Amino acid sequence: MTAKTPSTAGTAQAPPHPLVEFWRYFSANRGATVGLAVIVLISIVAASADVISLYAPEEQYRDAFLRPPAWTEGGSMRFILGTDDIGRDILSRIIYGARVSMSIGALVVTLSLGLGIALGLAAGFARGVVEIAIMRVMDIMLALPALLLAIVIVAILGPSLINAAMAIVIVALPHYVRLTRAAVISETAKDYVTASRVSGAGVIRLMLITVLPNCLAPLIVQATLGFSTAILDLAALGFLGLGAQPPTPEWGTMLANALQFIQRAWWVVTFPGLAILITVLAFNLMGDGLRDALDPKLKR
Amino acid sequence: MLSFFLKRVSLIIPTFVGVTLLTFALIRLVPGDPIELLVGERGIDPARHAMLRAELGLDKPLLSQYVIYISDVLQGNLGKSIVTKTPVLDEFLTLFPATIELSLFALLLAVLIGLPVGILAAVRRGSIFDYSAMGLAVTGYSMPIFWWALLLILTFSVQLGWTPVSGRLSALYWVDPVTGFMLIDSLLSDEKGSFLDAVRHLILPAIALGTIPLAIIARMTRSSMLEVLGEDYIRTARAKGLPPLRVIGLHALRNAMIPVITVIGLAVGVLFAGAILTETIFAWPGVGKWLVESVRRRDYPVLQGGVLLVATVVMSVNLIVDVLYGLINPRIRYRR
Repeated sequence: MTAKTPSTAGTAQAPPHPLVEFWRYFSANRGATVGLAVIVLISIVAASADVISLYAPEEQYRDAFLRPPAWTEGGSMRFILGTDDIGRDILSRIIYGARVSMSIGALVVTLSLGLGIALGLAAGFARGVVEIAIMRVMDIMLALPALLLAIVIVAILGPSLINAAMAIVIVALPHYVRLTRAAVISETAKDYVTASRVSGAGVIRLMLITVLPNCLAPLIVQATLGFSTAILDLAALGFLGLGAQPPTPEWGTMLANALQFIQRAWWVVTFPGLAILITVLAFNLMGDGLRDALDPKLKR
Repeated sequence: MLSFFLKRVSLIIPTFVGVTLLTFALIRLVPGDPIELLVGERGIDPARHAMLRAELGLDKPLLSQYVIYISDVLQGNLGKSIVTKTPVLDEFLTLFPATIELSLFALLLAVLIGLPVGILAAVRRGSIFDYSAMGLAVTGYSMPIFWWALLLILTFSVQLGWTPVSGRLSALYWVDPVTGFMLIDSLLSDEKGSFLDAVRHLILPAIALGTIPLAIIARMTRSSMLEVLGEDYIRTARAKGLPPLRVIGLHALRNAMIPVITVIGLAVGVLFAGAILTETIFAWPGVGKWLVESVRRRDYPVLQGGVLLVATVVMSVNLIVDVLYGLINPRIRYRR
């Protein structure tokens, strides 16, 4: 795959740079580009939350409990998306919530990807007992529904935002380990790895420099989709009262006691969930686009 | 076929042992003294503490503790709930039919809508129907279902008043639990109208829970159909002049169903994770809500036993799916 063709055919057009080729496929997918644009936008919002939000997320306005959004009867431009039951501005909380979700999502994906690659490389290279041990543990983790496993871990560690993030890292791990191991095993059977080994490359060099770069495509796709799962699971744990604790402006936690306002304040229920849906959808669209662009079988 | 079956079963045993290790460790990993966790908020005098310690075998070495635990588990003794003092297994068996009923209807909904949508999207590839169906599918797949459930309640229960907000049956009716499945029990009872009432209670939770499996099944059916429709035998069938409906319905669908069935089987895990949230929102008296409450009440024996039981159910369903897969696809059976 990485072997360069000898430049005998001088007249033939040079192949485009892999990144250029990748972008050509990726940008042809409208959903994926929209997803990417939304993710960039949400990241900007999350990063500049202090500047763009009108109020602090925990600030309570005693004169404005359960105010409806600006465009409805009784609403005002003071609180564009309305306020919750203790007079906090919902828009500001959603903006700060983007910061929580995006940073925890990034943390979860980085940790589970890093750990997953390390364990997957170890399993794929070591084979034998090490491999069996690692893969069995992953099988056990996959025997439980992901959310249930996360709940068990939170039950042990105690409910908090960071513990929820740790639980989601652990739950996500098996997918990365399995993907890495499978890719490593199929790559190590190839001639270029044998050539590298014969010329004296050590195991670490083989793992990280020879093999790993060629296993990255499925991992990048999984990491993107893993971002959306992380945000969903974090919100689900928050909703169940097992994730971020109030008054943290986390999207799922904001919905935790929304059920009691469902009769009189639809906006308390609607907007935080919409934020979750849009973010998760954007990552899933981008993940689908990445998969199509990175998978050589699907090209053309 | 028998060797295939036995091989699959033997693969499950180490996983089951691993899960028992996890649940065994669970109650010991929680910070604090296990006995104080077991007796709950109220304190305990030292003499009784020592007695309980000996009674529960906590003074023995870890390995013999585990041997005692696993022999208890194999005899169906999963401990008692701290809160209700009833055996965990009894509680589970009482609540489990509610979860099965909800999950089955969610799955039924997902299959009945997902399959035809996926097939039609594949056959009319690139059409407006294809684009909108797949757009909806990726949206459904991204849906935070606890929020989706809230929106459904907001629209259909609060604003339109068509369905009840929570529970399995209105307080107006009293239906004796015979099978534990409300739809069957209400038909067996002589309460008029209770069956329809049970259906009205079931419909929103089933939609909420079925949405993600529906999206997965529609997407999978479409891509599987597209792959099969490109095969040579489809071209042959078309060239023979067979009617398109026969080509699609018989030649293509049969082969396209193989990966779809796996996905449906794997949806069991997804369904259970969803049931935890759906049951919590709709106050549906099932296993998912029970487990969440056990965490909130720090009822560790329930969590410990419940997790083991759920894992066992999920593993068994995966085993059944694997075996069915081998039955319909000989290529899997004879591999290796």
